[in-house]
Amino acid sequence: MSLPSTGLPRAPFAPGGAFELDPERARKLLDVALAHGGDAADLFAEYTIGASLVLEEGIVKSASRGVSVGVGIRVQRGFAAGYAFTEDLEWEALVHAARTAAQIARGEARGAVAVSERTHPERYRVEVPSIVVPGPAKRDLLLEADRAARAADSRVQRVEASLNESVRELLIATSDGRFVRDVQPMLRFGLRAIVEADGRRQSGSSGGGGRSGMEYFAQPGKGAGDHAREAVRVAVAMLDAREAPAGEMEVVLGPGDAGILLHEAVGHGLEADFNRKGVSNYSGRIGKPVASELCTVVDRGDIDHGRGSINVDDEGNVPGSTTLIEGGTLRGYLHDALSAQHFGLAPTGNGRRESFRSAPMPRMTNTLLLAGPHDPEEILRSVKRGIFARRFGGGQVDIASGDFVFSLSEAYLIEDGKITAPVKDVNLVGNGPDALSKVTMLGTDLEISDGIWTCGKEGQSVPVGVGCPTIKISSMTVGGTAVHGR
Amino acid sequence: MATTQEELLRERADAVLRRLLQGGATDAKVIARAGRDLSVRVRLDEVELVEEAGTFSLAVRAFKGRRAATSSTNDLTPSGLARLVDDALELCDLAQEDPFAGLPDPDDLAKRWEDLELHDAACDGVDAAEAVQRARRAESAARDYDPRINNSEGAAFGRTSGAYYMATSGGFRGGYRGSYASISVSPVASDEGGKNRTASYWSARRALAKLESEEAVGIEAARRTIALLGSKRVPTTTAPVVFDPDAARSLVSAFAGCATGDAVYRRSSFLLDRMGERVASGLVTLVDDPLIPGGPGSRPFDGDGLPARRNVVVENGTLKTWLLDTYGARKLGLRSTGSAGGGVGTGAGLSNFYLAPGTSTHDEILRSTKRGLYVTGMMGFGFNAVTGDFSRGAVGYWIEDGALAFPVAEVTISLNFKELFAAIDAVGNDLDLKGSVASPTIRVAEMTIAGS
Repeated sequence: MSLPSTGLPRAPFAPGGAFELDPERARKLLDVALAHGGDAADLFAEYTIGASLVLEEGIVKSASRGVSVGVGIRVQRGFAAGYAFTEDLEWEALVHAARTAAQIARGEARGAVAVSERTHPERYRVEVPSIVVPGPAKRDLLLEADRAARAADSRVQRVEASLNESVRELLIATSDGRFVRDVQPMLRFGLRAIVEADGRRQSGSSGGGGRSGMEYFAQPGKGAGDHAREAVRVAVAMLDAREAPAGEMEVVLGPGDAGILLHEAVGHGLEADFNRKGVSNYSGRIGKPVASELCTVVDRGDIDHGRGSINVDDEGNVPGSTTLIEGGTLRGYLHDALSAQHFGLAPTGNGRRESFRSAPMPRMTNTLLLAGPHDPEEILRSVKRGIFARRFGGGQVDIASGDFVFSLSEAYLIEDGKITAPVKDVNLVGNGPDALSKVTMLGTDLEISDGIWTCGKEGQSVPVGVGCPTIKISSMTVGGTAVHGR
Repeated sequence: MATTQEELLRERADAVLRRLLQGGATDAKVIARAGRDLSVRVRLDEVELVEEAGTFSLAVRAFKGRRAATSSTNDLTPSGLARLVDDALELCDLAQEDPFAGLPDPDDLAKRWEDLELHDAACDGVDAAEAVQRARRAESAARDYDPRINNSEGAAFGRTSGAYYMATSGGFRGGYRGSYASISVSPVASDEGGKNRTASYWSARRALAKLESEEAVGIEAARRTIALLGSKRVPTTTAPVVFDPDAARSLVSAFAGCATGDAVYRRSSFLLDRMGERVASGLVTLVDDPLIPGGPGSRPFDGDGLPARRNVVVENGTLKTWLLDTYGARKLGLRSTGSAGGGVGTGAGLSNFYLAPGTSTHDEILRSTKRGLYVTGMMGFGFNAVTGDFSRGAVGYWIEDGALAFPVAEVTISLNFKELFAAIDAVGNDLDLKGSVASPTIRVAEMTIAGS
């Protein structure tokens, strides 16, 4: 694939670059990697340019840019991997890295097969990557957001806004003959407002993005001003938040960002490395019920311009739509090349890594709970006393037990079917299969979150997407401070 | 070898500094870092991963008058270095005038410093084979501890060593080397209802010889894992909560983030407007001390080049100072506390931040707790720095009559930080500075525990 001629600097390993890596040179390196045996080898070359602009106190206070370049080489022997990387792309340095990775290998040399260039689908074609758009246009966008936030409410005391962008150029070559390139743009805007009134203080945030250029902001409801007003709305609404109740009750999760429930309760536990090792609470449960019959969960790397979307994973495999749970029954796991080999399946294109500094592992892309049959209004009306959660701060799961938590940053009491008072930041805690078996109503209103989420696993961060319709869970533990009946 | 690496850092950084000033920067700061890392993971006695690499990076902060910008790279080719310089200079024109931007007063800079025992050559001497042996020993100790340990997420050993050098147009030149070795084990045991239980235990030190033994780490991880078997929820209630050192450190860390000058001028701290006031119980003293020999967060000078110094942030419950870098101090009309973080951005960074140990032993704290929750791990992100509201998932044990009665999971604990720190009624003597934020065992008199 090729980039439009936008003035974007190309990777030094790209065609015509100072350290061009073509299929023949890639094969030679893989030969070095397998010179002492080993079952397979791959190389991952990456050139990432990142940039950020931060507005605070009405001015664009900091501007930064960074370049990160390197090549990671992996040698596989059984389920053991030797991994080395180099930031220096001189041939001798690459050979040294290949030899270091080969430390793991024992046995006869085996050569890589001839590698040939492969094409892949195109899920985030961007005419002009935002990173090459002249700075003043982006500075004006942040200033506009600042003005919009301050105009939205007189109680706004502080506004912080940021624009983060990157372009990640990849080259992947494998000893079984693949040679793939990709260019992955990313844009993320965020705004936080702090409001103060009568000695009380509260913050609210809104943001979004994806694998898009500046055209992201032209979408309805996604302008910088829209995010500014939304952040202020949340902060003002939560100024009046009261103590949240504590204990088990009905919970309704709003559409979109509540998909992090899926990400934590289901997604991580279905990453096949955990299941290959038998340490997940979902291990050995394929074909068994793990959720209510309303629930169908898929992981889709192919959503147009999605934050979690990828044309190819970091091992050169193409992800599509992987069904994890179908009508409540566990259907499959998320695989990288290694776990797929263990289970005798095709990789699902979920082998991802933070950068050339780390070996890949099974990771989510965009994880969605598909729409159900219920009218969202009807779902709210059905709740006698519970919590309605609209915005979320993040979550975490213990893979072994399946216990997870996720935090609410905008939530309300539901009393007799109506949303009433806002409640303070609380966590919801539950267990994956248990919580999903209690999904008793599911809305028709599937929404995909705006592009803000980043997933951490074993110290590696990757961008992901989530999505879901309105969800009703018949009983979940709400971690408030107000104990009922006391 | 090591001398060469340090010379290379100096050469590169000084050259970039000259080019920034020649290119039109009125002031600049350059940071160079180099490192060598090895990490291995074994699982069920088999090697899973051997990872080895060297790193080298440069980062700059350039000023044109009161406009500032930063750039960074690990591309050390001539074109990569040219780009590093050009990016910073170009971005200065994009940033807007900030009256507080600028390097510190040259009179305040550190001129000389003591050796803080940050680097141990023995760390560098561990090769892949030895690292694998160490990880294997730790995992075996865990698996041999109890037959109910029937699986493993593995054991890891890692060592890193690196060099740091900073040069500024304000006249600062300085660097140091450091090392860090760590070992961790995560055994797994099967529990009822298809659940697995795992608890990790780890040890880390700058000096290799000061790591806990592999066997001790493995046994402790296994002991913690087995103790989780049969975990259950408890009914929603209020009760005293005892935090073990690993759990308590995340409370201390969240508190520290609210005591920095950045959080204060951003009005993003529940401690705002409370300087000089009682913000915690009299048992609570919080210290940021960069000068502890061998401390994981120790540093001889701060990221502005100012001498590092010990700061008592909270003394016997009273808030005494914010942690300030030069920029944050100017914003607040105060003086820097020598707490600038080590990067090219502005902002205070923690060194060794800890809750000072008290006199009670861990056992005395448990025995004097009639009924309550003993927390060994927390999950999730439930802390709002602006309001101090705190709510997180917790695992641990139920305490009955001063002893651990049964393991607890799937509950949350909640209390606003203003009340939580005021309600600390016991502080243990078991402080272990294995990470740069640390706490002994502490007890909070009463919190809300949400369960079934």
